[in-house]
Amino acid sequence: MTGGHDSAKGKLEAQGVTLRYDARTIAENLSVVIPDGSFTVIVGPNACGKSTLLRALSRLLVPSAGQVILDGKAIAGYPSKQVARTVGLLPQTSIAPDGITVADLVSRGRYPHQSFFRQWSQEDEVAVASAMAATQTTELSNRPVDELSGGQRQRVWVAMVLAQQTPILLLDEPTTFLDIAHQIELLNLCQDLNAAGRTIVAVLHDLNHACRYATNIIAMKDGTVIAEGPPAAIMTEKLVEDVFGLRCMIIEDPVSGTPLIVPKSGK
Amino acid sequence: MTGAYHDHSRARGNRPAAPATNTGPIDFGRRVAVLRLLGGRLSLRFDLRSLVTGVILLLSTAMIGAVSLASGKFPIPLADVFRALHGTAGDNIRMVVVEWRLPRLLLAFLLGAALGLSGAIFQSLTRNPLGSPDIIGFSAGTYTGALAVLLIFSGGYYETAAGALAGGIITAAAVYLLAYHGGAQSFRLIVVGIGISALLGALNAWMIRQADLQVAMSAAIWGAGSLNGLAFEQVWPVLLMLALIVPCLLILARPMRQLELGDDAAMSSGIHANRLRLMLMICGVALTAIVTAAAGPIAFVSLAAPQIARRVTRLAGVALIPSALVGGLLLTTADWAAQHAFGVQLPVGVMTVSIGGLYFLWLLLREARQ
Repeated sequence: MTGGHDSAKGKLEAQGVTLRYDARTIAENLSVVIPDGSFTVIVGPNACGKSTLLRALSRLLVPSAGQVILDGKAIAGYPSKQVARTVGLLPQTSIAPDGITVADLVSRGRYPHQSFFRQWSQEDEVAVASAMAATQTTELSNRPVDELSGGQRQRVWVAMVLAQQTPILLLDEPTTFLDIAHQIELLNLCQDLNAAGRTIVAVLHDLNHACRYATNIIAMKDGTVIAEGPPAAIMTEKLVEDVFGLRCMIIEDPVSGTPLIVPKSGK
Repeated sequence: MTGAYHDHSRARGNRPAAPATNTGPIDFGRRVAVLRLLGGRLSLRFDLRSLVTGVILLLSTAMIGAVSLASGKFPIPLADVFRALHGTAGDNIRMVVVEWRLPRLLLAFLLGAALGLSGAIFQSLTRNPLGSPDIIGFSAGTYTGALAVLLIFSGGYYETAAGALAGGIITAAAVYLLAYHGGAQSFRLIVVGIGISALLGALNAWMIRQADLQVAMSAAIWGAGSLNGLAFEQVWPVLLMLALIVPCLLILARPMRQLELGDDAAMSSGIHANRLRLMLMICGVALTAIVTAAAGPIAFVSLAAPQIARRVTRLAGVALIPSALVGGLLLTTADWAAQHAFGVQLPVGVMTVSIGGLYFLWLLLREARQ
């Protein structure tokens, strides 16, 4: 646990969790604090446990030891709809039912706010409209989701999780399958949401994106946290080599002034 | 009540003084109506096309129903049919219409609706139009259970019903466990189900072959799915079971729709996916078992009804109520045709296979051409 950032207060944290699928252990005794109001990006090589950690933080995966704490209480102790009103997750894969329109799908994000008798309140309507406005999907609202391009579709899924109006938003590889322009567009949207007060936790593959957008980076390898802190403080050539086994040079990003990772050729 | 219906563009509930929001009305790509009452404590969003479709389906069923109450060995004019239903007709006509023909008509509608519901449940759970109880073995399982009771214990109606339910649940559990591999995936469930269905089909045939000729004959006729000889004493248990299951399903309908988005998305919106799946499966198997117990395994209605409903309502995914209404219409129509269209009385199961099969083929061809 290196990284010299001060002990930030977190609404959401994992305390000594052991995460496993059936017999396969992904992480043991893992502790992570998500600083409140941060844009936290989790990076690490494939199969290091990033997505698994995200699943545990959103209660999709129950740790076999340790616990996830939300607002000072074990997350397992909350009613599940209350968790869903606090922590939203954009999963890696979701399924759009055949022929569903954009507005209908985005409305499904309101589920945790609804009940048998409150199926479409004024607040639902406002939340869905503003989620579509924020993701620029309003003009797509009457289109069937299966007719959209990959970039548009991802924006619709983001709109759905935005409509859930959770103070904490977890995004599992939200930029995969998007071209570079749509990746930047989506990350800008996340930055805006973060500036508007939401805590964002995203799993990203691109280290340069992570350095540019994150206020806090968690670097993981083999189910353990190697470094944690603001990009400028922790992103070193040694860290990249330790975590990814990649030799690189770090220069200053000419646009944003954040660390820019340039891989070295050869061995 | 009607005053509270709005076109969505003006939807402001019953609070005209509500502050205007800076967002315009949401275009769902379909006409919707919003109903908000009691200061927002009750709010519903209706899809107008589904409402209209539902009314048309009910009216069509009523028309077919009136015709089937009128037709038979003793043809009765439609006017007398209505008089009989009002209780103002003569005793003979009343007996034919109300005591002979009405229970059969009611059962055709109720059992058809049950099949439509159970098809919708399993197609939603498997997210696949092939995932209906008659394909994935649950119908065969209920028939096995019912046959076992009938042939081995020579049980009566209620024992047979219990046997059907037990057979369905055991089959569902077996299919589920065999297909389970870190979560039941729809494709595995269907493939395993088709296999189990074939096995049980063989077992059912063997059981019939082992039985006395007399019992075997009636079991085989019943096995084709028939509403012959059903009276009011068979209507009440069906009605009672539906009165128990349908309200549960109305509550489970919204989480069921949410589960169609995938387990991760459903769970992150606050749903216990596995618990919900179990409850839906129990409801679905029970619905299939009710039908099997009352009329034998009637094929194709649960496969076709949800898909037909989806196309006429143009809703996304499968919807429970439209599927039930289509199922009811399909079975009442099929039963009328089975009795009167060919001069001889056929088991309704033969008709559903033919009508449902033809319609489904047409749908598939139309899909393929698009």
